[in-house]
Amino acid sequence: MPPITRAFIKASLLYLVLAMGLAVFQVLQPWLGLNISGLSPVYFHLFLVGWVTQMIMGVGLWFFPKYSQQRPRGSQTAAWASFWLLNFGLLLRAMAEPAASAQPAAGWLWALVLSAVAQWLAALLFVLNVWPRIKER
Amino acid sequence: MPRFSVWGIRLALLYFLVGITFGAILLVNKAFPLHPALWALLPLHIDFLLTGWIVQLVFAVAYWIFPRFRSEPKRGRPQLAWAALVALNLSLALLAAASLALEPAWQLPARGLQVVAAGLLAASLWGRAKPTETGKALAEAAD
Repeated sequence: MPPITRAFIKASLLYLVLAMGLAVFQVLQPWLGLNISGLSPVYFHLFLVGWVTQMIMGVGLWFFPKYSQQRPRGSQTAAWASFWLLNFGLLLRAMAEPAASAQPAAGWLWALVLSAVAQWLAALLFVLNVWPRIKER
Repeated sequence: MPRFSVWGIRLALLYFLVGITFGAILLVNKAFPLHPALWALLPLHIDFLLTGWIVQLVFAVAYWIFPRFRSEPKRGRPQLAWAALVALNLSLALLAAASLALEPAWQLPARGLQVVAAGLLAASLWGRAKPTETGKALAEAAD
């Protein structure tokens, strides 16, 4: 299993724990006397982007047919850029969305925009990188 | 990789890109409201990513890697798989038309088509959820 796949899979496993933990926290909020809003979209995105999509990306980079003998997994730079952009964007959103709900300061709002751009770029790089590997043998 | 899976995975990648683009637009619109009509993209963002990306990718990869039959057609009847793929993508196109044209009445045929797609998908993969020929041989040897 290549390092980029290990990174994606281990990160996705951490997001699974994080998403489940956040779901527990949401249930516990009334008992803790807290009322942090904006957590539901964060939970769904930690689960579906952090866990499911990231697992797919990691396994796909490992499993899809080779790009070439010299570069079996396509561009490693694009793959790592995709990994870091996705995780940066997702974690930034996880912090910025509840913060912006509580206090819509310009900094948090721009953080949401940055998070959207980072995750979109991650997806674009991933798709461009694996597209040539989706081929008949 | 069989041609069917090439089509399925490439379509899934396109839905991933379009679905995440809608998500990015919605997130920017949440931070700095651009236009209230953009919220019409929310159901499409969800459907494109859950069905167009995840379901379609799982189906196409399963069709590729699940154990094959010993005789032709080794991956089962291809017509079933192609019919599932067409139904799934037609349903998503119809859902997109329903959301963008603000025609909620189109939701019903779209959802109905998704049920048909799911049934065809299940029928296509059902028989292939079986031991591999190697696994079967090993089990027989152990008996």
